[in-house]
Amino acid sequence: MKAIVCVKQVPDTSGKVAVKADGTLDRASMATITNPDDLAALEAALKLKDATGCEVVVVTMGPPPAEGMLRECIARGADRAVLISGREFGGSDTFATSQIIAAGINKIGVAEDDVIFCGRQAIDGDTAQVGPQIAEKLHLPQVSYAADIQKDGNTLLIKRMLEDGYMMVKVQTPCLVTCIKELNEPRYMSVGGIFECYDNEKHPMDVYDYNALKDDPLIEVDTIGLKGSPTNVFKSFTPPQKGAGMMLTGDAPAADLAGILAKKHII
Amino acid sequence: MDFTLSKEQALVQKMYREFAENEVKPLAQEVDENERFPEETVKKMSKLGMMGIYFPKEVGGAGADVLSYVMAVEEMSKVCGTTGVIISAHTSLCAAPIFENGTPAQKAAYLPKLCSGEWIGAFGLTEPGAGTDAQGQQTVAVLDPETNEWVLNGSKIFITNAGYADVFIIIAVTGTVLDRKGRKTKEISAFIVERTDKGFSVGKHEKKMGIRGSSTCELIMEDCRIPADRLLGKKGKGFALAMKTLDGGRIGIAAQALGIAEGALDETVAYVKERKQFGRSIAAFQNTQFELAEMKARIEAAKLLVYKAALKKQGVMDGTVKEAYSVEAAEAKLIASRTASDVTRRCLQLFGGYGYTRDYPIERMMRDAKITEIYEGTSEVQMMVISGALLR
Amino acid sequence: MAYDFRDIAAFKGVWVFCEQRQGVQQNTNFELISEGRKLADEIGCELAGVLLGSDIADEMAKEVGGYGADKVIVADSPLLKDYTTDAYTKVLCDLVQEYKPEVVLIGASNIGRDLAPRMAARLHTGLTADATHLDIDTTKYVEFLKESSSLDLSKQKFDYEDRNLKMTRPAFGGHLMATIICPRFRPQMSTVRPGVMKKAEFNAEKAAACVVERPAFELTAADIKTEVLEVKKAAEQLVDLIGADVIVALGRGASKDMDTAMKLAQDLADALGGGVVGASRALTDAGLISADRQVGQTGKTVHPKVYVALGISGAIQHTAGMQDSETIIAVNKNETAPIFGIADYGIVGDLFKVVPQLIAEINAAKAAK
Repeated sequence: MKAIVCVKQVPDTSGKVAVKADGTLDRASMATITNPDDLAALEAALKLKDATGCEVVVVTMGPPPAEGMLRECIARGADRAVLISGREFGGSDTFATSQIIAAGINKIGVAEDDVIFCGRQAIDGDTAQVGPQIAEKLHLPQVSYAADIQKDGNTLLIKRMLEDGYMMVKVQTPCLVTCIKELNEPRYMSVGGIFECYDNEKHPMDVYDYNALKDDPLIEVDTIGLKGSPTNVFKSFTPPQKGAGMMLTGDAPAADLAGILAKKHII
Repeated sequence: MDFTLSKEQALVQKMYREFAENEVKPLAQEVDENERFPEETVKKMSKLGMMGIYFPKEVGGAGADVLSYVMAVEEMSKVCGTTGVIISAHTSLCAAPIFENGTPAQKAAYLPKLCSGEWIGAFGLTEPGAGTDAQGQQTVAVLDPETNEWVLNGSKIFITNAGYADVFIIIAVTGTVLDRKGRKTKEISAFIVERTDKGFSVGKHEKKMGIRGSSTCELIMEDCRIPADRLLGKKGKGFALAMKTLDGGRIGIAAQALGIAEGALDETVAYVKERKQFGRSIAAFQNTQFELAEMKARIEAAKLLVYKAALKKQGVMDGTVKEAYSVEAAEAKLIASRTASDVTRRCLQLFGGYGYTRDYPIERMMRDAKITEIYEGTSEVQMMVISGALLR
Repeated sequence: MAYDFRDIAAFKGVWVFCEQRQGVQQNTNFELISEGRKLADEIGCELAGVLLGSDIADEMAKEVGGYGADKVIVADSPLLKDYTTDAYTKVLCDLVQEYKPEVVLIGASNIGRDLAPRMAARLHTGLTADATHLDIDTTKYVEFLKESSSLDLSKQKFDYEDRNLKMTRPAFGGHLMATIICPRFRPQMSTVRPGVMKKAEFNAEKAAACVVERPAFELTAADIKTEVLEVKKAAEQLVDLIGADVIVALGRGASKDMDTAMKLAQDLADALGGGVVGASRALTDAGLISADRQVGQTGKTVHPKVYVALGISGAIQHTAGMQDSETIIAVNKNETAPIFGIADYGIVGDLFKVVPQLIAEINAAKAAK
């Protein structure tokens, strides 16, 4: 039994976000982090490992520096990692990305009692699409927005969040679960884990490039990369700065504001 | 010489920073205010391997290195001096002497539990009448041949971690010997004492100026009987063991001092950008800029000394360096502790009146800094070590 | 004729997936139908709502007609009572393959965002997530850019014949906006953020005239790999931020005395004509206030008539969710807080001091009227 965790390295949008003159993101100038929802997915997998001793495999698609993030996942407790990386994969939208990651997961192999964990959504794109689309490509059932997961044999009992409540959903393995931050509190890397995470014998890091995946039927010229992406970015732009409003700096600003609101018939 | 961190060291530093920011910093003020030992933090650090950082995995350690240990003390001390010294005293003053001097049986009995944080460690050298003059020991240990037990009598004071520690390294007089010049001197030995040993008790808790969450207490031994195999190292080699242990401890305290200084500077840089006087941020004034610049440069100088001492200790552990690191440790502690006191005082001045209030952490950092010039050898002792080597 | 996702000319009509929970249509359905009407008019085609569920009465289905739908396609089965990814994806994809709509809009609810990507993957087409603005007509799109972007349009060229759906959405926490197109495949799919599209006035005549179609579809229990054991509404009455006319939101500045701050905020909302208390992420993350009150990129997008930000610094993650409010009032101790950059009226001061005065002055001003 194993848990496969899909993770993504994203720019840290909680800090300063740099935008280039052409309206695209200046990724080079921004710090990168592991996507927060993905850390919840990793923690869910590690909890499963704590309980059952299963293997935890982390997988990402990204440029070679994404290896650093995978090593960090190992330092948190994952057993091994797969980096899907290749020029042919660049420019993929969520559809094409899910084709490629699904092919990568096929290569890792999905057994009867395996669970695939994804974060609900990444903070750069905020689409929440790749998880369900991977599930579709792998013909697996999915449960998204998981806030609690109980495992009993090959059955998962998942609390799936809705805006106005939740559903209790029962699903059989193999399946794909997308996790929200509320699911758990991700553990830190441990000192011992860190000093082992670059040890390729203990924790192999496989790199899947185009050649490694090209025999999978999901990988076609018109299903991956920029060419295989159904959607294109038509325009990218920054919102305009709203003009500064009126600062009430008089002796009685509250009275002044009430006066204005009355005059404007807001009250 | 290479001043870059290894990939593992860079990663462990990143983890410490996240941990300090999320788990340690939020408690720092309350821990100080209530003089409360942050047990929950120790539990969390234990889980992450932070109570046995540089010991090999075979004895239960995290298998990292001395610099990674030093950075742990540094990063925790940036936000909470109390948390920094808990790791330092536990690791350098208890686990280290057992690792370096213990028999295989002693190592197996104590190191896994110390490294996992299940047990906390402390070190008892200082006595009411034996501070800087460590030769003035009054605690005595006598072997009872009938029961094959050591019987300890005496007391120790100012013992860090005492109230929460399970294992204590106790230095005691085991007889009288003649020194090289034929004068009578005390024969000193080291022992491992457990909290539950009969006749052992923890006494008065000290109320302190700084590192107020650190548990500093008196240890009392009244006919405290321990098995003969608790002797640590050779009989009569206890003073050397203590001095060598303190060499390591001083690197930890130097790291604590370094962290306090860095933490104060971080707070101050943020504050001077926000605080406005005369219509502009006080960061715009040249006095502020020059103060910050000098403090930063001094901190970096201290850091080099601390890291250098850590690397030398690593070399000794690895067997690549033969001579002791006493001088490097003394230099690091002397400069880092003075830097901490100097920097926190100057930072408080930049904060002005707000810095004097408990709304900001600067006054706490200034109080915490002072102890680093005193414990594990005062600055004067460090100068004795350094000058002693110079004039040898 | 075989279904071909590349045969653009074969696809006609705009669809809105109408989500029901426990037999009740979600408010977002009517927002999307209202928006879908505009798009259908720009294209010159039919607008249909698609409603899946169990025991759906014509009357309930026809409600979407009141907001502009020409017809409503109903798939009724006990297997569709509660949402399951498998059943809903299968039925909707089969219907899409049969009817071939060129646009499919789905509310970006937790259910919509589960369903839409699965559908798009099966139909081999593109999907835009969480759109906040939609255009077919390029002239209208350029007008939109004039208002809502900092682009220098004099340097931009546009193809005014272009009839692709232009789906605009925030990205990178609202720092960037991106317009997405799906030029080669159909249908063009988008999830649409709840609370953003304006709901039209309900027209009872149009509702009555709405055509209900109940096409045959295939669905068996074996198609469904997940089992819904129960659906629970949150015990606590959730706060309706999206529907509120007045929102008084609290930020980090309130954290030192939440009880007082909550009372002040509610009193101020009442003085302003009645409304609800919202919060910034700083407070919800700290657990000081429930997450359903969170406004912003990771919370709710709101555009009330009056939005009062108390002790909120105005990080872009927050402002992304409230900057389209009609009137924004900000109270903050820090005069350089970014919130003042988007506020219509700003007062520098401690909310615990300013708000009681403001409540008193507003009540006095109302009494004087």
